[in-house]
Amino acid sequence: MIEKALTGSTRYKMWMLFLLILIGAGSAAYVNQYHTGLTLTGMSRDVSWGLYISQFTFLVGVAASAVMLVLPYYLHDYKTFGTAVIFGEFLAIASVVMCLTFILVDLGQPRRVLNVLIHPTPNSVLFWDMIVLNGYLVLNAICGVVALENERRGTKPPKWVKPLIYLSIPWAVSIHTVTAFLYAGLPARHFWLTAIMAPRFLASAFASGPALLIILLFIVKKNTGVDVGKKAIDKLITIVTYAALINIFFVLLEVFTAFYSGVPAHTDTLVYLFAGLDGHNNLVPFMWTSVVLGVAAITLLLTKARQNERILLFACAILFISLWIDKGLGLVLGGFVPSPLEHITEYTPKLNELIVTVGVYALGFFILSALYKITISVKLANAPAKVSKEG
Amino acid sequence: MSMDRRKFLKLAGISSLVGISGLGSFELMRPGWLEAAEEAAQPASGVKRLAMIMDMGKFEEENYKQVVHACHSIHNVPNFGNPKDEIKWIWTDSFEHVFPSQGENPFLKESIEERPFLLLCNHCQHPPCVRVCPTQATFKRKQDGIVAMDYHRCIGCRFCMAACPYGSRSFNWRDPRTDNNKYLGKLNPEFPTRTKGVVEKCNFCVERLAKGLQPNCVESQKGNPGAMYFGDLNDPNSEVREVLNKNYTLRRKPELGTQPNVYYIIGGV
Amino acid sequence: MKFYNGGKVFIGLAIFVLLFVSPFIFGMSRPNKVPKPSIDTPEINALAVKKCVESKDYMEQSHMQLLDKWRDQALREGNRHWKNSEGKDVYISLQNTCMKCHSNKKEFCDTCHNYLAVKPYCWDCHLTPIEKEGV
Repeated sequence: MIEKALTGSTRYKMWMLFLLILIGAGSAAYVNQYHTGLTLTGMSRDVSWGLYISQFTFLVGVAASAVMLVLPYYLHDYKTFGTAVIFGEFLAIASVVMCLTFILVDLGQPRRVLNVLIHPTPNSVLFWDMIVLNGYLVLNAICGVVALENERRGTKPPKWVKPLIYLSIPWAVSIHTVTAFLYAGLPARHFWLTAIMAPRFLASAFASGPALLIILLFIVKKNTGVDVGKKAIDKLITIVTYAALINIFFVLLEVFTAFYSGVPAHTDTLVYLFAGLDGHNNLVPFMWTSVVLGVAAITLLLTKARQNERILLFACAILFISLWIDKGLGLVLGGFVPSPLEHITEYTPKLNELIVTVGVYALGFFILSALYKITISVKLANAPAKVSKEG
Repeated sequence: MSMDRRKFLKLAGISSLVGISGLGSFELMRPGWLEAAEEAAQPASGVKRLAMIMDMGKFEEENYKQVVHACHSIHNVPNFGNPKDEIKWIWTDSFEHVFPSQGENPFLKESIEERPFLLLCNHCQHPPCVRVCPTQATFKRKQDGIVAMDYHRCIGCRFCMAACPYGSRSFNWRDPRTDNNKYLGKLNPEFPTRTKGVVEKCNFCVERLAKGLQPNCVESQKGNPGAMYFGDLNDPNSEVREVLNKNYTLRRKPELGTQPNVYYIIGGV
Repeated sequence: MKFYNGGKVFIGLAIFVLLFVSPFIFGMSRPNKVPKPSIDTPEINALAVKKCVESKDYMEQSHMQLLDKWRDQALREGNRHWKNSEGKDVYISLQNTCMKCHSNKKEFCDTCHNYLAVKPYCWDCHLTPIEKEGV
């Protein structure tokens, strides 16, 4: 089926070429970083995790969101998601690949990465993260490819794939819970040391992932005519809206605990993020943008306005951006401010770091586009009666 | 509601598995933690618990410089001259930064407020950095409790830096030997440097302890009696035990349960 | 027998074969110099009995495994005392034992390593007597 990714319209080929150029630039920037060291990033002794790890944290959520399609369709026989589920699984694959790549580019000694497997350390959450992320990648790859291959042939998938699909459901929850545990188990960082870290992660994951999926599915429909159906999109909107509401509720719970108790260890980081601390206010405009976009998105999604395609896409986009800021920037960077010695060091990504980041995103989108192209070609080939534009 | 024997056996089997795995997962994520409470009362014989005591009241300006130089020079610690890349094993900061658990105290005794305090790795009894390291590149030595670094194994993930509540760890954002060792100063030929991409921190001068010497920071204050003590807390007759018995001491962030092994005598400040 | 696209295939094949044997062609002109690591250092010359921690043959073949074992024993177990095959006590330290005698890294270690295109990164951290003055 891979040959289906190698043919396509000029627009498709141009898009893939563009992504390849970005991947090339990212690779060159990474080689630069590999030789000079991570000093080329904006990270410092006080802010020892930056853009790379924050993107990984956000993308794990997007990867986990595939379960929002897999669970209803496979476990509860919710046939509405029949066409959409494979797109969700392939989004998960692309996201997990980006996660793993972000981790790799963040390592100081990447050629020793296999030490994590040679010297397994069950008391380390990072060890488990490596296991669950790679496992999820393999699971989704098998399930997705088997499903697609059988759809292409018009046969029923073999029996042995069913338990793997069922396994991918708790596994999806686990990848994000384990990633949340990276943060929630550290006595050093009071901003992260909260039991609601994992629920917050899951809620924002189930809002951002399907939101992105809605946008991607519209792009697919517009360019190729492959339509997952209005009912499926509506259901996804419902999932996104509830998840986004729950996420806001969780954030407000955090705000209450921090400010009603008044304990500085809890309030300091929130004050830094939303008002600035001691004159340091790098992230303040970002955080308020996130709030405004998030509230606007949810308002739009709750009203009838969501029936309008354009408004729906706009709402999904700004919701995605809002959650990206909240998790990608606010959560990870906020944990380092103030430092364990109550100093404030701010973080600004550097150019080389940004190019590597763009390169990794391009890699993810490249894989996503290729997988989607194959899926679209299969679906179009199987349904010649459907009206299809050049795909 | 009746239950046949088969169902009962199935239920009993699964319940036992769940029950055992509860204990098992404790052992997996916090090895030895459940037994530690009994162990603390009677440490195994021959096992040392190395600790350091500092009396900041005995320090003058040049003493601080002596201590930092003693450490950084024999360990080839580079000086990049900027806080972003900086690497430090022992350094100074003010009371409110070293002891944030004491909270903001606007009426703190002035002499304490103005005095620099020395900070270093606390070689905790329950080090969170060791707990999180995915490769055991940082590990607690059984024989003396030193939290050691294996620079060969470190993958540079910096999880330990996120986990350390005391900010004791530094990462090599670049090669310390860049620009022809410009940042290194006079090298100690008997100790290696590190390379880019690994985390480093105070090692309680384990290479000196192996030769029966004191850590170099303590050694540098030999002529400043009462400034620094170093010894084995598991030895009831040791000097450090005597000093702790005679002085009220503070440790950093004790509420976190890490049981740090660096003590500060405050009374004389 | 008809060769479809025969011309392109044969040209491609020829290019491939050329690329494949190019390293051998380039190497043909250079004499094959077997590396001769030099033990001519002041520290070794001063020794009455010129013996390493193990025999020359053993070290030639297995010094990597020995160093691996040493590294883990010294660093992770904290035990820097090791008995060699003759029962002699050896202090484990790359810098202070091995490199003390073999202080000529370029004429000793590097000769074989360069010949075999092996790049051990020991010296990214460990110092040698010559490098201590600044490499």
